[in-house]
Amino acid sequence: MTVLDFSTTLGNAWFPAPTFTASGCASSGRELAQFFDLKDMGAVVTKSVMMKARTGRPTPRMAETPSGMLNSIGLQGPGIDAFLAKDIPYLVEQKARVIVSIAGETIEEYSTLARKLRSVSGISAIEVNISCPNVENRGLVFACDPEASRRVIDGVRRTIGGELPIIAKLSPDVTDLVAIARGVVDSGADGLALINTVLGMVINLDTMRPHLGGKTGGLSGPAIRPVAVRAIYQVHAAMPQTPILGMGGVSSGRDALEMIAAGASGVSIGTASFGNPTAIMTIQNELKDLIIAKGFTSLRQVIGYAHRPDEAKDE
Amino acid sequence: MSTINKNATQIVATVVSNKRVGQYHQLIINIGELAALCKPGNFVAINVGGENSRMILRRAFAISRVSTNTISGGTLELIVAPHGQGSRWLCSQSEGSTLDIVVPLGTAFGIPTEPVQALLVGGGYGSAPLFGLAEVLNAKGCRVDMLLGASTASKIYAPMEGKRAVNSLRIYTEDGSMGQSGRVTEPIKALIEDMNIAVIYSCGPMAMLSAIDAITRGTHVVHQCAVEESMACGIGICMTCVLPVADESGNIFMLRSCIDGPVMDGSFVQWDKVGEVL
Repeated sequence: MTVLDFSTTLGNAWFPAPTFTASGCASSGRELAQFFDLKDMGAVVTKSVMMKARTGRPTPRMAETPSGMLNSIGLQGPGIDAFLAKDIPYLVEQKARVIVSIAGETIEEYSTLARKLRSVSGISAIEVNISCPNVENRGLVFACDPEASRRVIDGVRRTIGGELPIIAKLSPDVTDLVAIARGVVDSGADGLALINTVLGMVINLDTMRPHLGGKTGGLSGPAIRPVAVRAIYQVHAAMPQTPILGMGGVSSGRDALEMIAAGASGVSIGTASFGNPTAIMTIQNELKDLIIAKGFTSLRQVIGYAHRPDEAKDE
Repeated sequence: MSTINKNATQIVATVVSNKRVGQYHQLIINIGELAALCKPGNFVAINVGGENSRMILRRAFAISRVSTNTISGGTLELIVAPHGQGSRWLCSQSEGSTLDIVVPLGTAFGIPTEPVQALLVGGGYGSAPLFGLAEVLNAKGCRVDMLLGASTASKIYAPMEGKRAVNSLRIYTEDGSMGQSGRVTEPIKALIEDMNIAVIYSCGPMAMLSAIDAITRGTHVVHQCAVEESMACGIGICMTCVLPVADESGNIFMLRSCIDGPVMDGSFVQWDKVGEVL
């Protein structure tokens, strides 16, 4: 039997498997715990939390599209204090590894959130979500603005100190993703989460108006997977030392392997869990089998494998 | 283990039968021992479209009835309206085909501990889970009266055998093609006054549930309603099926109709704020 080293790292955080939930697609883990053991996957990436409790956007919040869906949730959540009091202790009790995702309305709010997290034990890394598309003011999508992105990450880095890895979650809805990625890494991000959802819209033909309560929504699911693979490939080519958490429509082991070969050190599963509560476990097992079948002995050998130089031609 | 989604299990289940009933399809699905865990009000989430489908989200359906001791083991019944792509696919599944199903999900109708008088109100195929509920209430010694309404006769779902568990059944259609002409909510006020109704159970369109709430508000009548919001997952992780619901002290929260519902206390639902920004 082949022994595979399936572990991965994001900055100085170590995970026994490269499969994660995607923020906003697993709430805080409790809902999925009925279907599998949370400690059996890489880590739970929690739903992006803000300072205050937030009710989010009006319904309808969802529209299924071909091989995808639009969501318009608008960061509904309990606020950081309730989250730290209820959700983190639960996840720690389950022995799950935890990446906490944070979102702010201002640059200062991100730093304040980081301060709240600084002394919390049981957290492996922080995801800084600067790319949620479902906010009323598109100016709030920091990840569309290189300067704002840098300032958010810089503030979080200064607050958190050097220990906890910071992963910046970026939007693909930009002209030069590599420039934004470089900016946040220069400002202190240890890794990148690629990609957030793609901004979209559906018109309801009964009402002849935008279907979603928030009008626009974020497109996720297999429909956006090639966009994600492209984004990961481009950024890994430019910054091969920066770990990437890849996501966007992964629904099978082969999809996960594509992202890893493109340069991802780990893969988050989001929308696939909506259609299948055990998707993460299935994908994790399929990915392991595929990597073994291809003759690799560690996950690390596969990361960025699609970037290798051309093989020497046989004479 | 968490208490959310307690008992929910993902299984591959076989379709025992699929019959057309008026505008609807009656599907009987073998779910084995899980049938014993299903309560009136619970729902299921089913994968649709087969392996290479471009429909990536599960579809939620209310369980209309369960049988725990049939020859094929435990079964559940769904009444499905073939409206959208997903439900049309489900209605095209023949006997013997298999379904990826998560069951049981959601909250159940609360059953009174005393034999009280209950009024059951159903709109369209929303009546389906009320027949299973009527059987449970009947076994508890409750008097069960039922009102069913729809726009037209072909949208009324009222199976012959279902009527055995109810003391009376009145049907209302808006076009007058079956039963009495008018809306199903019209007689409720008088019924509350004339009879000693302790609880109303309702299932149907949101406008109907909201209208019933307007009648029961300020009375002693408890209103347990099964709400309907579009869901992507059915298990509490997508946050799309939310409704504004108040707690005891009046604070309003956006609750998920999949795990905090579908059965909710109608008096706590903020009907006028559905679809609004809080």
